[in-house]
Order: sequence, then C-alpha cells, then structure tokens
Amino acid sequence: MLSVIRTLWHIFLHAFHPRVTVQYPDEKPYLAPRYRGRIILSRDPDGGERCVACYLCAVACPVDCISLQATEDETGRRYPEFFRINFSRCIFCGYCEEACPTYAIQLTPDFEICEYNRQNLVYEKEDLLISGPGKYPDYSFWRVAGVEIGGKGKGESEREDPPADLRSLMP
Amino acid sequence: MRETIIHIVTVLVVLFVVLNIAAGLIWVERRLLALWQDRYGPNRVGPFGLLQVAADTIKLFFKEDWVPPFADKWVFILAPGIVMLTVLMSFTVLTFAPGIAIADLNIGLLFVLAMSSLGVYSVVLGGWASDNKYALLGGLRAAAQMLSYEVFMGLSLMGVVLMAGSFSMSAIVEAQRKMWFVVPQFLGFVLFLIAGVAETRRLPFDIPEAESELVAGFHSEYSGMKFGMFFVGEYVGVVLISALISILFFGGWLGPVLPPIVWFLIKMFFFIGFFILLRAALPRPRFDQLMDWGWKLMLPLALANLLVTGAIVLAVR
Repeated sequence: MLSVIRTLWHIFLHAFHPRVTVQYPDEKPYLAPRYRGRIILSRDPDGGERCVACYLCAVACPVDCISLQATEDETGRRYPEFFRINFSRCIFCGYCEEACPTYAIQLTPDFEICEYNRQNLVYEKEDLLISGPGKYPDYSFWRVAGVEIGGKGKGESEREDPPADLRSLMP
Repeated sequence: MRETIIHIVTVLVVLFVVLNIAAGLIWVERRLLALWQDRYGPNRVGPFGLLQVAADTIKLFFKEDWVPPFADKWVFILAPGIVMLTVLMSFTVLTFAPGIAIADLNIGLLFVLAMSSLGVYSVVLGGWASDNKYALLGGLRAAAQMLSYEVFMGLSLMGVVLMAGSFSMSAIVEAQRKMWFVVPQFLGFVLFLIAGVAETRRLPFDIPEAESELVAGFHSEYSGMKFGMFFVGEYVGVVLISALISILFFGGWLGPVLPPIVWFLIKMFFFIGFFILLRAALPRPRFDQLMDWGWKLMLPLALANLLVTGAIVLAVR
C-alpha cells in the first residue's frame, strides 16, 4: 500500500521534469556524423569519382538495392557506367560503406528522403554523386594505389618506391 | 409552466456541460499522461492541441459503423447506449451547488448505486453480443469485477449516510458544514475511491478492457460512434465518480470566498486529475487478485467501518 502511494508521488513529481520530446519538424535532432541515412557517392580531393566499380557494395548489400555497371576510361581508370540505388529497398545497414575499398560510398545523416511516388526513390548516379570528399577529406584511392593510370606511372604513388630494375644487381 | 422550463433548461445545461467535460477529458487525460511521462501529448491541432477532441470526434463519425455478421445484432447495438444512459441518469440526482440539481431525490445516493450497478450490463452484454472470445473474456472479467467491488462500494458509503442521516446529496453536503466527511470516514473514502476506479473500469482496474491481454476487451468488435459511446461513457463515469467523491467526502460546494459551483468544480477536477495520475502510475492486477482483495480485505474493512461508525453515531445520539 505504501509502495503504491510512493509510486504515485514519484510519477507526480515527473510533472516538474523536463520533457524529452524533440518536436521534430520545428526542432531538428542532432544526428552523429556517422548516422546511417541517405547514401551518397563521394569524390576524391582532386574532384574525380572515387568509385572504382568493384561491385563489393552490391555484393554486400543484403537487400540487393545497389546496381551498377563498371567501365574504364581511356587511361585505364575504372568507374561505374551507371550506379543506381533503390532507396525504397535500402535498409540503411551501412554494409556497402563498410565494404567499399575506396571510401566512395558513404552514408550521411540526412534521412528526409520521402517521396509521393515510389519510382522517385530510385537514385541514379547524378543524384548520388556529391561534389566533395565526404567523411574522409584527404583520401584519394588513385594516389595510393600502385596501379598505372593516366597521368601516373608505376611507382609514382604516395609512399611507393619506384619499381626495382629486375636486371640490375644493385640493391 | 415556468418551473417546467427551468427544469428543462437545467437538464440541457447539465447534459451539455457533462458531455463537454467528458469529451474535453480525452484531451486533458492525454496531456496529463504525457506530462507525467515527460512527453508533450497532442499539441498540434489548435491552441495547445485543444481541437484534438474535435478532430477525434470527426474521425469517429467518419469511421465505418460496423456490426459484425456473427454478432447478436440488437444487443450489440444496445450495449453502448446502456453505459451512456446509466451514467448520465446518475447525474440527475447530483447536487452541484445549492439549487443546481435536476432532481434532489431523497434516495439520491441509492439511485446512483443502482444506476452504476446497471452500467455493468452494457459491458457484459457488449462482450457477450460480440461473439468474440476476447470480448467474451472481457465481459466475463467485467462480471467478476462487478461482483468484487459492488458490495463494498455500497457499504463504504453507508458510513457517510449514517453520519448525514440521509441519502439525499444536498443533505449530505449540508451535514459537512463543520467537518468534511473525509476526516471521520477516511477508511470509507479510500474504499470508495478504489471501488470508484473499479466502477469506471479505468486503470489500474481496467481488467475488462486490458489492451495488453485482450485486444480491447469487451469493445474489441466495436467501431465508429458505438466505440465512441463506450469511450465517452467511461469519461462520463470518471466525472461522475469524481463528482461523487467531492460531494460525499469533500463537502461538495462548501468553501469560502469563491461561488459554490466553482468550489465544486475545483474539487471534481482535482479527483479527475487523480484518476489520471492513477492511470499513469499503477499496473493492472489480475482479476482474481481484485476479487481476492475485494472479498477478503475491502469487504471486511467496509463492514468494520460501518459497524464502528454506527456504534459511534448511536453513542453520540
């Protein structure tokens, strides 16, 4: 009986507690930078596409909402011919971001992507690509990858020695 | 002729005020519950969300008013009417302020008890006519609950009747000029409060409804305005029990400075708020636990209270 009265009193005291509700459309909540919202494709600091069309995100995606087609430019640099994410299927699990070897695909703290028409939730590459590098400002895959592409030969990457001359005896 | 018109006007005013308070309670309850749960509650429709009531009512009117094909049609339709009728009939004998009463019967309290006993029929019949196992279980529990609280509900009030020497509401209030009955009849007050919560079938004694166990209990199959009648009936019941508590134990309209009707409303709204606090705070017991307490604890206490009060009243006279 006493516990009942004690409960009533404690609940009554909640009248003087601050309210926890965030009145959403008027007052936006703070979302952490790593919040898993709308997916974007980022660019490297030079402005080129980061995506190398390796298909790892599409493979990792548990709901198969990513589809893309790889192609190469004349210098041998791989990029997606098209890149399509169906956000009506996406479950925002972030596996694509974890799978991405080049930090190209990233999830952002934006979740306001409602549409009246389901078809409008299918985002093409133009909708996905942003102009900046996203969460990793200095990273550029092609500058550290030991691959020969246009404008960069073998051994010219960062932290990479020039290729050894196999026929030379010198160390 | 003039008296008849005054009577009709009183009836209409009481009906209007009671139904509006009951409808407004939907908003009050949601806001208060939210306050005690650190939320806001409805605050979008109109100022402070006050028009939520209107929005809800309009919604209820536009819902499909469906009678299931397997239901006992006429009983199904009648049941929500009974709850409204009996609870509203109880208001006829309440004296809100000196002279403001529809009929100040000399058996007023008895009439209220009779009407509240009839009210449970709506729940039992509604549960039975729905031909739905959850509704039936709800109706069954309502019957069990009625058996457990109805007895000590009446007995807990007999102390008040003994002290006032009358069943009439105005006489009971007038007998509290020196001292509110809550002091000498504190046990009776507690017992009546518990019985009153059970009578209105509100948390913690919403056993017949029990959303978490029985879908919606006795009104699982009801929709539209029939559901609305149960809903408003419940709130009118809360108003009734709060009004009864303030009349029987807290001196009704008696109080300094302010006009009598204001005192009555202050006391009534205090207990309405307390009802909502109960809902915010307490969990629901099983219905066998309620029967257990009702018969083994509350009834002996009510009888003891009646005996002691009777003895003292006799000795003093």
